Amino acid sequence: MSRYFTEDHEWIDVDGDTGTVGISDYAQGQLGDIVFVEVPDAGRSLSKGDEAAVVESVKAASDVYSPVSGTVLEGNPALVDEPALVNSDPEGEGWFFKLTLSDVSELDALMDETAYAAFVAKL
Amino acid sequence: MMSDVPATHEDDGFEPLEILTLPLDAWHRAKGGRMVEFAGYHMPVQYEGIMAEHLWTRENAGLFDVSHMGQLSITGDNVATALEALMPAAIADAPMNKARYSLLLNDEGGVLDDLMLTPQAADRIYMVVNGATKYDDVAHMIEHLPDDVTLNMMEDHALLAVQGPKAVEAVARLVPGVEALTFMQAGAFEWNGHDLWISRSGYTGEDGVEMSVPAEAVEAFAEALVAQPEIKPIGLGARDSLRLEAGLPLYGHDLDPAITPVQADLGFALFKRRREAADFPGAARILAERENGPATKRVGLLVDGRQPVREGADVVDASGTVVGRVTSGGFAPSVGAPIAMAYVPLADAAPGTVVTLSQRGKAHRATVTAMPFVPHRYVRGVK
Repeated sequence: MSRYFTEDHEWIDVDGDTGTVGISDYAQGQLGDIVFVEVPDAGRSLSKGDEAAVVESVKAASDVYSPVSGTVLEGNPALVDEPALVNSDPEGEGWFFKLTLSDVSELDALMDETAYAAFVAKL
Repeated sequence: MMSDVPATHEDDGFEPLEILTLPLDAWHRAKGGRMVEFAGYHMPVQYEGIMAEHLWTRENAGLFDVSHMGQLSITGDNVATALEALMPAAIADAPMNKARYSLLLNDEGGVLDDLMLTPQAADRIYMVVNGATKYDDVAHMIEHLPDDVTLNMMEDHALLAVQGPKAVEAVARLVPGVEALTFMQAGAFEWNGHDLWISRSGYTGEDGVEMSVPAEAVEAFAEALVAQPEIKPIGLGARDSLRLEAGLPLYGHDLDPAITPVQADLGFALFKRRREAADFPGAARILAERENGPATKRVGLLVDGRQPVREGADVVDASGTVVGRVTSGGFAPSVGAPIAMAYVPLADAAPGTVVTLSQRGKAHRATVTAMPFVPHRYVRGVK
């Protein structure tokens, strides 16, 4: 399984043609205390870059974009009652949604962990 | 992600060429403050996190650097009477060392700023105005006050607030005597040979003090304050969520020059003698609104669900027509739910009324509720 990152601070874990999407630890740190998350419904078709989810901290509302194109398998139901999971475990239990990738080659444009760490270090 | 919609009022419409620094700038950074631009200054929006800082203040005590605000010393033989021409407070017959909330009004009765004023002597008034409006306020006052009134911006003074149920006992360890003040009472004190002006007041709904401190002493004083186990430094983010829960309006958001005191539900700022004399700016309009009711009114809203509805959202009627607007909103840490302030038609302003809000194309149900959302805990007198 491989993990990729976008410049908008989403991550995606890919296993075959199934991806799990969340926001990075850096992103949750910037947002601060997360109080609300809206995840996409199963079956929704997403193009790369579409607004897929909403995350709101005490400070601000932000959109979460889909890192790749595909069809949503499920949104993380745990985030409805416990949005703070995104703060406590952003790259694990705080995942936003899973999807079936329609074009695995889109991953080539994303960063790997090392490249993302270097990207964040410059911010 | 990261298409942030700022909600911490970092955009107060005041854009200087250069962002200025305040006396505690280095201290905030050393304490881990995350600095943002606010009212033309670098200010800490948070240290450990808005939620934790908010809750700490409600249970213990928080130190707030509000040195961006304008501190004015206004002097002259007839200063009190002269200032009455610009605002609806009774000042000429006000007791010494007692702070009063007032509103700088334009000729149409619109709010140019909200402020606190304290008579320190028959010929001297201490005033605190908002940071983003302070230069406009000074220009307005200079234009409208007689020549024998002198206005001094106390730019060599910082302003610190310590707020929370344990604030006064902690501050009293450093500044004995502050515990004798009651809500809105003020006086001169001393710390390590430095003169302080302290008022038992604040902007969180909690007990606490606001302290004017010489800039050269403020870093040592702040350090002595946070050495008290009850006191932690608190950023602007929690300051905003605390004041929202306390039902206190924020200038530039819940108040602006198109809004009157009656619309803003600040009728308590219209003193009886001044109403009877009808001798403040915009009195005819304001008194008519007071008599007949304003077209729209500032109310508190409890928002259904968990999603915050923030400044800029619309209030809509059954047909979707915009009838009002949300002027502040967010997640309320002590309430555990989203809350907001909005201007709604008078017919919808009664507590219990259900209104519909529209934000980014999504409808939210909200219920008008009496403010504050969290009870005030001011210490009004020795029991």
